[in-house]
Amino acid sequence: MRRVYFDNSATTPVLPEVFEAMRPYFGEQFGNASSIHHHGQETRGAVERARESVAALLGCRASEVVFTSGGTEADNLAIFGIAGEGDHVITSTVEHHAVLNACKELESEGCEVTYLPVDGRGCVDPGDVRRALRPSTKLITIMMANNETGVLQPVEEIGKVAAEVYFHTDAVQAAGKVPVDVKSIGCDLMAISGHKIHGPQGVGALYVRKGTDLHPMLYGGRHERSRRAGTENVPGIVGLGRAAELARAGLEKGEDQKLAAMRDRIERALRQIECSAVNGEGAMRVPNVTNLRFDALEGEALLIALDLKGLAVSTGAACSSGAIEPSHVLLAMGEPAERARASIRISLGKQNTDDEVDFAIGLIPETVARLRELSPVWKAAVST
Amino acid sequence: MDVKTIAVAMSGGVDSSTVAAMLRAEGNNVIGLTMQLWNQRRLAGREGMPEQVQGRCCSLDDVYDARRVAQTIGIPYYVVNHEERFEREVVRPFVEEYLSGRTPIPCSLCNNHLKFDQLLIVARQIGADTLATGHYARVEYDEQRGRWLLKRPVDHSKDQTYFLFGLTQEQLSRTIFPLGGMTKPEVRELARAHGLAIAEKPDSQEICFVPGGDYKRFLDAYLAEQGESLPDTSGELVTSDGRVIGEHEGIHNFTVGQRKGLGVATGSPLYVIQIKGGAGQVVVGGSEELYSKTLRAKRVNLISVAGIKEPMRVAVKIRHRHEPAAATLERSGEGEVVVTFDEAQRAVTPGQAAVFYDGDEVVGGGWIG
Repeated sequence: MRRVYFDNSATTPVLPEVFEAMRPYFGEQFGNASSIHHHGQETRGAVERARESVAALLGCRASEVVFTSGGTEADNLAIFGIAGEGDHVITSTVEHHAVLNACKELESEGCEVTYLPVDGRGCVDPGDVRRALRPSTKLITIMMANNETGVLQPVEEIGKVAAEVYFHTDAVQAAGKVPVDVKSIGCDLMAISGHKIHGPQGVGALYVRKGTDLHPMLYGGRHERSRRAGTENVPGIVGLGRAAELARAGLEKGEDQKLAAMRDRIERALRQIECSAVNGEGAMRVPNVTNLRFDALEGEALLIALDLKGLAVSTGAACSSGAIEPSHVLLAMGEPAERARASIRISLGKQNTDDEVDFAIGLIPETVARLRELSPVWKAAVST
Repeated sequence: MDVKTIAVAMSGGVDSSTVAAMLRAEGNNVIGLTMQLWNQRRLAGREGMPEQVQGRCCSLDDVYDARRVAQTIGIPYYVVNHEERFEREVVRPFVEEYLSGRTPIPCSLCNNHLKFDQLLIVARQIGADTLATGHYARVEYDEQRGRWLLKRPVDHSKDQTYFLFGLTQEQLSRTIFPLGGMTKPEVRELARAHGLAIAEKPDSQEICFVPGGDYKRFLDAYLAEQGESLPDTSGELVTSDGRVIGEHEGIHNFTVGQRKGLGVATGSPLYVIQIKGGAGQVVVGGSEELYSKTLRAKRVNLISVAGIKEPMRVAVKIRHRHEPAAATLERSGEGEVVVTFDEAQRAVTPGQAAVFYDGDEVVGGGWIG
C-alpha cells in the first residue's frame, strides 16, 4: 500500500545526509569524547563541530549549547535548572506536556505557577505576561510554536517584557521552520530537538545564555561544562549538528515557502468540506502545520480510517494507553470538547511532495463524508 | 473466498485475542480495536480503593497485551477513547441504581451503549462491515422468520448471552462471535498454537471498573471524586408484615437475597427480600419469602420474534448464574412483559435482567422492574 507520512510534528525521517554523517560514529570512530587519546580527540572534534552547527542555527555561541537526550530533557533542564521552592513561574495553558507537567511538578515542590490563557487563535497576550510578573517571578517559559496548531507566540515581545527575569522558550516545533534567533527573541534558554528537524531521535539541545545560573539535573562527570553529566551521545549529536546545518540551509533556500505553499493548498482544498475550519486561523503559524476541524465526527476515527488507507496524520495527544484525549491546546483556545475531538493535525516535512498533497486532498474529503454518513451526531445535525 | 474487513474488539484477554488470530489466519483483513473506557488510576487510593491497579480491563497491561497480540499476528491495532460515554452510560447509571436500592449489571449496559453501538459505528466508519468479539454466543440468520438469532454457545458453561439480550437486529446482522462453537480449553489451545503470549492469562470475572468487586468502596470513592456526598438512604429494617426490627445505614449496602450484614440477631436466618427505595426500607424475612412466582420486565428487547401477541412458553434466566426456569411470557404494555414461572424462583432482583430462552435461542430480555 502507498504510505504518505503527514505527521512530521511527531517525528521526521532522518535525512540521508544526516544518516551518512552519523554512520562513522557507530563504527570506527567510537571514542569517548572525554578520553585524552586519539579516539577521544576524534569524537570530541565531532561533538564540538556539531555544537557550532547548532549554535549557528540558534544564533548563539557554541559554548552556550548544552546537548541533552531530547526536547523534553532540554525543557526540564531549563525549568528545574532555574526555578525552585518559593519562586514564581509564568507559563501558558497551551505548552507541550514537557513544560506543563514540569510546571505541575514545580508546584508540588512549593513553586507558584501562573498559567496564562490564550485567545481564540491560540496566542498569549504579552500584556498578560507583564501583568503576571511579581517580585518573586524567576522564570517565564512560553513556547515559540505550538506543537498541535503551529501557532507562533509573540516571543520577541515577551522577551522584552522578560528583561528582568529568565525567559525560556520551547522552540522544538519552530526550529528549522522559522528563523530562531535567540538574540532577537531575547531569551535566556531555548530548547530544540533533533528528530523534529530530520535528525535522529534521542538527542536535543538547550541554549543557555552565558552567565545563566543553571543547576544541573544529572550529576556525574563534568560533561557539557558540568551542566549535563553523562557520556555524550556522539552519533546523535553529530546527527543533530548535521540536521541543524541542513535546517539553516533550507531556510536560506526558501524551503519554508515550499512547505507553506503545500500547506495552503491542503487548507484550500479541505476548507471546501462542509462544516470545516482551520484551528488557529488568523494567527502567525509555522509553514508546515495545519490543524483542521471537521464538525460532527471523531478525529480519532478519521485518523484510523486515513491510516488504513495509507495516510498518517495525528490528533490530540495520545495518553499512555494510546487512546486520544481531547487536545488541551484546542480546549484552551475555547473550543468545546466535541470540536476539539473533531480535529486532526497535518504536519509536513522536507520529504513530502506535491503528489502526496494530491493524494491527501483526494482521500480526506471522501473519508470525512463516509464517517459523517455513519455519525449519529451528523445525521441529527443535518436533519434539523 | 472474498476478503472481508473485520474489526475485532480486543481486550487483551485470551478470548478476543484468539478471535483476532483465527480471523487473520482465515485470510480476512482484520483490524484490532480496544476501547479505553475507564482510567483505572482515577480513583486509586481514594476512600480505601487500592493504590495499585493491574490486570484489569482497560488497564495499561491489558492494552499492552492486546497490542502485542496484534503485532504477533500482524494486524493494525488502535485504541479508541470512549471514557466520557462509558461514564455517562454505564458508571453513572451503575451508581444511581445502587443508590435507589437496585442491583445493576453494567456489562449489559456496556454492550448496549458502547461495544455494539459506538464501537460498531467506529468499525463501520473505518471500513469494516463486521465486528467480531470474544463472547461465547452464536448469531445466525433465520431465513424463514427473516430474523437474526442470538443463540447460546456450544459450551453452556461459558454462555454470555445473558449480557447480550439488548442487541438489535441491525447490531446482530453486523456481529460475529467466532468462539460460539468452541470450549474454553479449545480456545486456549488455539491461542497457544498461534503463539500468543497471553494463552495462559487468567480469565477476568469481575466488573472491570470495580476493583475486587467491592462496589460499596467504589461508590464512596466515585462520589467523593465527584464532590458529591453519599445520599443518606438509611432507614428501617422491617419484616414483610411491616414490623420494624432494626435500622440500617443505607439501602445501597443491600441486595435481594443477601443474608449477611443485616445486624439483627434472630433465631432463624433472615434474608433481604425487598428494598423499598422511596421509603428507605429494607424488608427482611425467612428464606421462603424470597421466592416469587412472577416478575415484570421493562425496556424489553426482542430478538427471535418481532412481538409477543399471545402468551409464550419460554425458559427465563434472572441472573448470570441461574439455570433458565420454565415460564410463560405475556405482553403487559409498551416494551413490557410479565413473566410467570411454573415454579417460584429465589431472589428476583430489581436492576438485573430477565432473559427469555426458547431452547438455545434467545427470545429477548428486559430489565427486572
